[in-house]
Amino acid sequence: MSVPHKVGTVKSKQATNVKAPVAKVVKAAGKKKDEEEATDTAEGEEWMPGKTLVKPPDQLDLTEEELNEEITRVLTANNPNAPQNVVRYGFKEGCYKPIIFVDQMAIHFELEGNLVHKESDEGRRLMAKQAEREEGTGAEKLDNVAKAGEKERKLTNQFNFNERASQTLNNPPRDISCQTEPPPRANFSATANQWEIYDFYVEELKRREKSKEKQEGQVLNKEEDKSKKKIIQAETQSDDITQLAHAAKIIERMVNQNIFDEVAQDFMYFEDAADEFRGEKGTLLPLWKLQYDKAKGLSVTALCWNPKYNDLFAVGLGSYEFTQEERGMLLFYTLKNSSYPEFIFNTTSGVMCVDIHEQLSYLVAVGLHDGCVAVYNLKKKSDQPVYNSTASSGKHRGAVMQVKWQKDDLDSNHNFISVSADGRVVSWTLVKHELVFTDIIKLPATDKVPDDLKDVIATAGTSLDFHKQKDHHFLVATEAGKIHKGSKYYSSKFLETYDAHFMTVSRVRWNPFHPNVFISCGWDWMVKIWDQTIKSPIFTFELKTSVTDVAWAPYSSTIFAAITNDGKVHVFDLSINKYEALCQQKVVSKKTRLLHIEFNPVNPIIIVGDDRGHVISLKLSPNLRKKPKEKKGQELPKGPEVEIAKMEQLLSSLR
Amino acid sequence: MCDYQKCKHWGGNQDYTSTRNKRKTHLCCDMAEVEDTLKRIQGYNGVIGSIVVNAEGIPIRTTLDNSTTVQYVGLLHQLTMKARSTIRDIDPQNDLTFLRIRSKKHEIMVAPDKEFLMIVIQSPTE
Repeated sequence: MSVPHKVGTVKSKQATNVKAPVAKVVKAAGKKKDEEEATDTAEGEEWMPGKTLVKPPDQLDLTEEELNEEITRVLTANNPNAPQNVVRYGFKEGCYKPIIFVDQMAIHFELEGNLVHKESDEGRRLMAKQAEREEGTGAEKLDNVAKAGEKERKLTNQFNFNERASQTLNNPPRDISCQTEPPPRANFSATANQWEIYDFYVEELKRREKSKEKQEGQVLNKEEDKSKKKIIQAETQSDDITQLAHAAKIIERMVNQNIFDEVAQDFMYFEDAADEFRGEKGTLLPLWKLQYDKAKGLSVTALCWNPKYNDLFAVGLGSYEFTQEERGMLLFYTLKNSSYPEFIFNTTSGVMCVDIHEQLSYLVAVGLHDGCVAVYNLKKKSDQPVYNSTASSGKHRGAVMQVKWQKDDLDSNHNFISVSADGRVVSWTLVKHELVFTDIIKLPATDKVPDDLKDVIATAGTSLDFHKQKDHHFLVATEAGKIHKGSKYYSSKFLETYDAHFMTVSRVRWNPFHPNVFISCGWDWMVKIWDQTIKSPIFTFELKTSVTDVAWAPYSSTIFAAITNDGKVHVFDLSINKYEALCQQKVVSKKTRLLHIEFNPVNPIIIVGDDRGHVISLKLSPNLRKKPKEKKGQELPKGPEVEIAKMEQLLSSLR
Repeated sequence: MCDYQKCKHWGGNQDYTSTRNKRKTHLCCDMAEVEDTLKRIQGYNGVIGSIVVNAEGIPIRTTLDNSTTVQYVGLLHQLTMKARSTIRDIDPQNDLTFLRIRSKKHEIMVAPDKEFLMIVIQSPTE
């Protein structure tokens, strides 16, 4: 039966389900055909079915254009029931992601089978059961076969088994170990501070410098090494506290400061308030008393302050008794340690005079009782002098009474001048390792000596002082009581002679400010002040016993202090009182003679040495240190000119 | 010849510490000088005791009893190090000279050195 053409090319909008409407149409058509056939078959074979198209009721009404539209249909293998928009949460992105590939398998029919593989476990088990059943029914052949099969394969179970084992020969195990010595351990700890780093750098610098020096001079290394080795060995052996010297010194000073605390406080701060009520008078406050037990029996023969270190001073110890045993000492004390001297030098004969160089305060010139002069260097810790004059190099034939350093000469060699009891004034120059002497002048003989003995009996010089400004002028005092003014450049004659005292002149000194004034004191109980232009003294003071020393104050041109045999210190200020001492104070016990006095260049203290080897320091009270009064409204001019003017005023008032 | 005044030793040139401090003293005399100073310090008025400590903190000379010494050393060593550290931290070119601690009963004085530490206890002389 021919199917109507339209049915085959039905154009419908239901693209996917092709079959259903076609099927429907076919069915519908089929039904119709059956009806038609049922009605028309009876008629004949030439029946042409009538083309009566019946629209199904649910067919779309489409226009011609829509009907002619070509619709493509695609056959895919996709499962129409598979979900198309499955999404899964993606933790990486944190959002839902669509899954593209979805399983397209559509299962239409599923049936579990009941076939078991012959050789699987279950299969075998079932076959065994079957064999048993067959055995039970009585098929012999089957049984035999089954039994044979059984015998071949015996089932193993937990309760029916054989175990067979064999032991092989095991090699005996052996332990081999070795122990090493652990590397030695040491605990190390350090701090890295700024100063540790600094210290390290400083040491490094030193090391580098040393290596540079070594490179430059590589001679005599062997010998040095040998000696160094020995010393190094010795160092490590001893319990070496030699480095402690510095710390011990500091401690000693501290302990002394504590012991003499009041003294130190007085020294620094005490100003006697009672001076206001005392009018003009002043007092001396005793401070430290310095003594050295080995110096017992020796007298203080010289005192000298160190110009650079204001607390350090030199003490020369010897004897004025010319018959006593010959030994002497040079001690250096500091006020910071009043119990023990800083430097101790033993000399072969008594020290008579000491002078410290102005600029190089470590050079000390010493004149000895036997006529030698020596120079010590404080920097070198040796007990021996650096330079020493011997009999051959022109030492004095009598005790050296005074030494004074001079300015360096033209060759910049240090030199000093000494005067001695043999009447010679000699200049000594330090040339390399020697002392070279030059006679400057010989003291003229005294009148009392008969002419023929004048060359033999010398006039002993006792004191020497150089002018502060014109340092070629000097004054020499003699035992005969005369003072000679001379010049370094004149070696034959003196410029002036002053008849000063009736007995030995013990000291002559220029005024530190006024260029014309000097002071002298003698054993004839007198202290005289002179103007070098006038032959007779300007001032004369009589103190009750022989005056052993006199000194000008460094801070005023009119103040001076004198010491006498009875242990008294007299302080005068000419601008305040021209006739009397401002202070007459006994500072030592009975029977002790005071021998030397010195003012400290900076601090208001004086030191006095006595014949027992003790040195006493005293503080001057304010009245003794007076500066000239200021007139109201007028500024006080300071400086040495004032002092000179003061003195000049005094002098002019007397002329 | 040895420069130390009290030297009674015989010895050749090798025994001198000549290169170290430019002084011709026997090694034992150098030490003897320091010992002299220590003896003097101990003899001063009011000094209760003195201790010398080496760089490791071990007392090598003392005039006090053992337990007191150990106590003093332990405490003062630390204090001195701290004080020194303070001074040097502020200015590395500076260094501690000495340290004094005054208490009601006495005064403790400490003088540090490169390798040593010296401690002296003194009571005020009143």
